Parts: sequence; structure tokens; C-alpha cells
Amino acid sequence: MKPIYMDNNATTACDPAVVEAMLPFFTEQFGNASSIHSFGAQVGKALKDARIKVQNLLGAAHDSEIVFTSCGTESDSTAILSALKAQPERRTLITTVVEHPAILALCDQLEKEGYVVHKLPVNKKGRVDLDEYKSLLSERVALVSVMWANNETGTLFPVEEMAEMAHEKGVMFHTDAVQAVGKVPIDLKTTKIDMLSLSGHKLHAPKGIGVLYVRRNTRFRPLLRGGHQERGRRAGTENSASIVGLGVASELALQHMETENTTVKRLRDRLERGILARVNNAFVNGDTLYRLPNTASIAFEYVEGEGILLLLNKMGIAASSGSACTSGSLEPSHVMRAMGIPYTAAHGTIRFSLSRYNTEEEVDRVIAAVPSIIAQLRKLSPYWSGDGPVTNPEQAFQPEYA
Amino acid sequence: MWDYSEKVREHFFNPKNSGPLENANGVGDVGSIKCGDALRLMLQVNPETEIIEAAQFQTFGCGSAIASSSALTEIIKGKTLDEALKVSNQDIADYLDGLPPEKMHCSVMGREALQAAVANYRGEVWSDDHEEGDLVCKCFAIDAVMIEDTIRANGLKTREEVTNYTKAGGGCSACHEKIEDVLIAVNGRLYGSEPKPRKAPARLPNESPVKPKLTNYQRIRKIEDTLEAIRPMLQRDHGDVTLVEVDGKKIYVALSGACQGCSMEAATLGGIQQKLIEALGELVQVLPVAALAHT
Ligand SMILES: Cc1ncc(COP(=O)(O)O)c(C=O)c1O
Ligand code: FES
Repeated sequence: MKPIYMDNNATTACDPAVVEAMLPFFTEQFGNASSIHSFGAQVGKALKDARIKVQNLLGAAHDSEIVFTSCGTESDSTAILSALKAQPERRTLITTVVEHPAILALCDQLEKEGYVVHKLPVNKKGRVDLDEYKSLLSERVALVSVMWANNETGTLFPVEEMAEMAHEKGVMFHTDAVQAVGKVPIDLKTTKIDMLSLSGHKLHAPKGIGVLYVRRNTRFRPLLRGGHQERGRRAGTENSASIVGLGVASELALQHMETENTTVKRLRDRLERGILARVNNAFVNGDTLYRLPNTASIAFEYVEGEGILLLLNKMGIAASSGSACTSGSLEPSHVMRAMGIPYTAAHGTIRFSLSRYNTEEEVDRVIAAVPSIIAQLRKLSPYWSGDGPVTNPEQAFQPEYA
Repeated sequence: MWDYSEKVREHFFNPKNSGPLENANGVGDVGSIKCGDALRLMLQVNPETEIIEAAQFQTFGCGSAIASSSALTEIIKGKTLDEALKVSNQDIADYLDGLPPEKMHCSVMGREALQAAVANYRGEVWSDDHEEGDLVCKCFAIDAVMIEDTIRANGLKTREEVTNYTKAGGGCSACHEKIEDVLIAVNGRLYGSEPKPRKAPARLPNESPVKPKLTNYQRIRKIEDTLEAIRPMLQRDHGDVTLVEVDGKKIYVALSGACQGCSMEAATLGGIQQKLIEALGELVQVLPVAALAHT
């Protein structure tokens, strides 16, 4: 049976049209866009077209606001370090506790170097408190960086409103929109967002290409210095094939925006309802009213995520775990912990993230597979007995060194 | 995904001896739900012979935790308690043809459950003497607690010393920053990274004392004031000087009037430079504005 891929928040398959558009840039179109000769000129033209396509997807006012980078992580680092370097008198950052490590790990490092970092907490649904946010804004803040959508739960953040609030206080605003771009409509020219990160491989473009949107007139300092590429904002010979691929992917994403928010959303809802109807002691994480259309984060209590993933994988189903167990850390993911999800559920959280390539038949196959997998693992669990958790599970099983 | 051996997969997909054991007379519960790994080991021990006649487990944990539990029960069945207690976590890992370094703690948990279950059978209280920290060095599977203990026991100060004592950090170098974090946590600071105290340079008797460092603003004011003081002298010769740009140690000025292009231009600049060096207490270079165009 054909394997089922439901891990699109981790990465997506390249669209065949993207691959096709890229291929000539490995062969006859190998020129350096900076060269004067005709080999370079054609590539230069292709990059310009791609830039406009990305501009359209983001609703940016100018194509010169698009800076190509090597990945989402580079875009995030560039944004934060640029804001600090360009405003040396401001030494404070505001972000949230549920950001991607691309933001959090850098912030932790900056904290060690003496910067002040405020990480906004979230409630059970993963929402931040805007009053608390407002109280933190001051002329000491160099940058606010808040993700548009969370990668684990799909929860959307009110970044447009938060950018307005920052703007009123004269504070620069960045959003890591890696998970949002291509899944929810974005129109940057009508917002006060100063910088935005995106990553190609989350929207059916290849891995290793990203964008940092830098609003015109935003104070900026490059991360990589060298050649004049990207108007000196990101030196290094352009990854022309990938940029062309991202251009095509952006065009396709715009065309499929409607599908994403109707068809894909319907499939996601069908998956969630189907699983919850068949498995007890399971629930959906995140803000179910305000989230990405493709993401379902489901907590299965009293079992551990890796076991679920291994059994799903055996049945040809690819998903991912909300637990960080697979990354070698023993603690459940920082996102689940931040939302106060109990350990018994956080460890058993599975993320299904769909794309326009998933079908209803696939969804139904997953719905059919999950209940027996959970039952099988619960049979092994010391917290489970028969059809339900042992009475008072936390007391019934109290291991040493808790 | 982990690179699990066939044996691990086998014991995960078809675990042996899982589920509750009726009539168990020795039960050991170890692990922690917080860490996502918890194990209950149940033994049926023959009181006459002390032979383990049946062993069952229940595990909340990842694939290798389940496989380790399954392996453990297979290994100890039929052994006497004393024989079983000799089983080490390495034996469990070997039985499974190895575990990834990040997952070795799963086999440790198995051995601890065994100790706890035997203690329970014998009516003793088992207490955990093992503390486990986050894995710091993946190349050599060494955790934070181990590094901390070694730093304390031997008074280690540098990352190099930690590598010499524990091997941690002797591979791909990815963990060096983490090791330094542990060093800071234990010693309160990082040794060897501070700049070496330099001996103050001997000063010649008639040399002026080092001037306190000026702020940028103070420095530019000083330059302006100095030039201002020179101007009347130049004006007497129908010339003038104005400040154009300060770029670090380079000070660009525009000479005008009789000074401009005169054979003495270089000498004039030299004179201005000498005055500025004295006023600022640092070596600077005074250049004609034309030089600015070439940078
Ligand atoms: C929210 C978020 N930010 C940043 C990244 C990193 O992007 P990249 O893999 O392109 O560096 C990811 C991808 O995992 C992400 O989900
Ligand atoms: S992880 Fe420590 S040397 Fe490689």
C-alpha cells in the first residue's frame, strides 16, 4: 500500500512543477546572476521573476523587500541579530515561550551575552495575554519576535494586532511565519510587520531556501557580509535553482490558498473527529478555533509518542510526536509544557499535518489504524487497566525517583 | 527516527511477557512520568529456590524502553535472584544488539526495576542511588551528572581537562559549549577564557600619562577645539582649515585658501597632526579631504 505522509509541518514534498522549473538551473542555466555575460543575465531575470512571485504571496509592497536566505533558521537569526546591531542602545527582546528553537536557542544565547529576553507565557490553548505584552513594550525593546503559527499545535497568534501595538510604541516587529506562509492568507503591505521569515520546504519548494522579508525603511544589518547579492543584505552567490523553485511554489501556494482552507481543513477535521470518536482519553491540543487548517495535534493519554510513531510507521503512516523524545531529550516538548498539558498526555501527543496532496481515503485509513495502536500500547502501560486508566493513575503507580 | 537494531524492533513490535502478573510476590516501580519513561516489573519468585518463575512488565515509554523491558524479563526468567541481580544494563543492551547512546537510560531503568523488585520481594526498601542528567556528549554517551561529578572530584577547570578525564568532547566538538556550561555551573565561572593580564608598559620619564578614554562625542569636540585653535595661525597666511570626517584614527580635513595646493600643504597637515596627537593622547593620521574620495 502507498505510504501516507501526514508530517507536512516537518517538511513537504517538492511539487513536481517546482522540480521541473528548477532542473534547467542545474544544467544549461548554470550562470552566476552577477555576471555580465548572457549566462548570468538569464539567471538574473529568473531570480527577478521569482522575487515577484514571493512578493505576491506575501502581499509585500515592493519586490526589493524580499531577501533570499538559506533557510528559515537563517532568516530568524538575521532578523534578531540585525535588530540588535542596528539599535545598540536597545538591549531587550520580547518573544514567546512556544517559539521554534530557531528563535529560542538564539534568545537563550543572547541572554547569556547580557541581553534581556522576555518570553511571553501562553495559556492552556496556547494563547498569549495581550495586556501583559503591552506592558512589556518600551523604548528599551529592540525587537518583538512572535511566530505567526505554532509548528506543533498550529495555533495562530494575532501578529497583525501585536505588530500594531509594537509600532505604536516605536518597537520593531518580526514574525516567524514559516508555518503560516502558504496556509493562511498574508497581506504584509496592510500590516505593521517589519520583518517576516519563511522557509521554502514547508510550502512544497526545496529544502535550503528561505526568505527574510524586510519592510522598506527598516533599519537593517546583514548577517553575512561579502558580495553585493540581495543588495548587500545577504552576501553569497544566489541559490538560483532553489530560488526559482520557491517562486513557482509561491505561485502555486497562492493558487491553492482556497483549497488549503476548505478541502485540507475538511480532511483535518474529519481525521480529528474520526479518531476522537474511536479513542477515549484523547483530546486535541491548541486553540481549535484559531489555528492552521492543516494541523491536528492529538494527545493520547497514558501512552508514549515514540511507540505510537513506530507502530504507525509500520502501517505506512508518517506523523510526528509532540514529545521531544525523538530528539534525545527526556522532557516532553516545550510547547506542551508551556500549555500546561499534563505529562501523561504530553508524552503521548501526535501531530498529524496534512497537505493538499492528502486524500479522504488516506484520512480514513489513518482513522482505522489509530485505535488499535493506542489500545495495544495502553495494554502495556502501567497507568492503564482494561478500558480506562487505573483509578487515580498518579497514585496507583508511583515509581521511585519521580 | 532512531537507528534501532532488528532485535529492538522485534521486542518492541512483539514484546514478551507484557501485562499485569497475578500472584506476583516482587514488584518494582521505577522511572518517572515526567521523563516519559516508567516501568513496573512483576516477579513470581519461588520461595524455596529463589528462582524467578515468571516475570512480566508494564511500561510507559518509548520504543527502546518497551524493548528493554521485554528483554529484561526474558533474561531473568529461570535465574535465581542472586544470578538475576548480576545482570547489568550493558547485558540488557547487548541482548538487544545495542541501543543508541541517547537510549541507554532505558536499559538502566530495566536494571533498576529489577533491583527494586528484588528488594520488594525481600521486604527491603530500595532506594535509587542513580542520578541521570541530560546527555551532553553524544559521541561518548556522557551525561551532565557524570561530567559534574568528575569536575568536582578533580577540580577541573577547562574543557580540555574534562575531555581528558571523561572523553566527553573528544569527538565531533558539538558538545563543547554544553561542557563549558557545566563548568560554569560548577565553578561559577569559566577559567582560561579571560584575557591574560598584561603588564603595564614601562613609561618613559617625560611621557605624558595615559589620558582617560574619551567618548566619541568628547573626542570629536576635542578635535574641533584643537582645529579652532590652529585656525588664526593659518588665517594670518590667508589660509584655513575645516574638519570634514573622522573615521577611527583617520581625520580628514579640508585646507583652503593659500594653504590648498601650496608646497607647504604636507607640512601644514603634519603640523595639525602633531597638535591633534598631543590633544587626544592617541596616534591619529590627518589626511586631506581628497583622500576620502579614494576610500
Ligand atoms: C516555526 C518554524 N520556524 C523555523 C523553522 C526552521 O526552518 P528551516 O528548517 O528552514 O531552517 C521551522 C521548521 O522546522 C519552523 O517550524
Ligand atoms: S558530542 Fe561530544 S564530542 Fe561529539
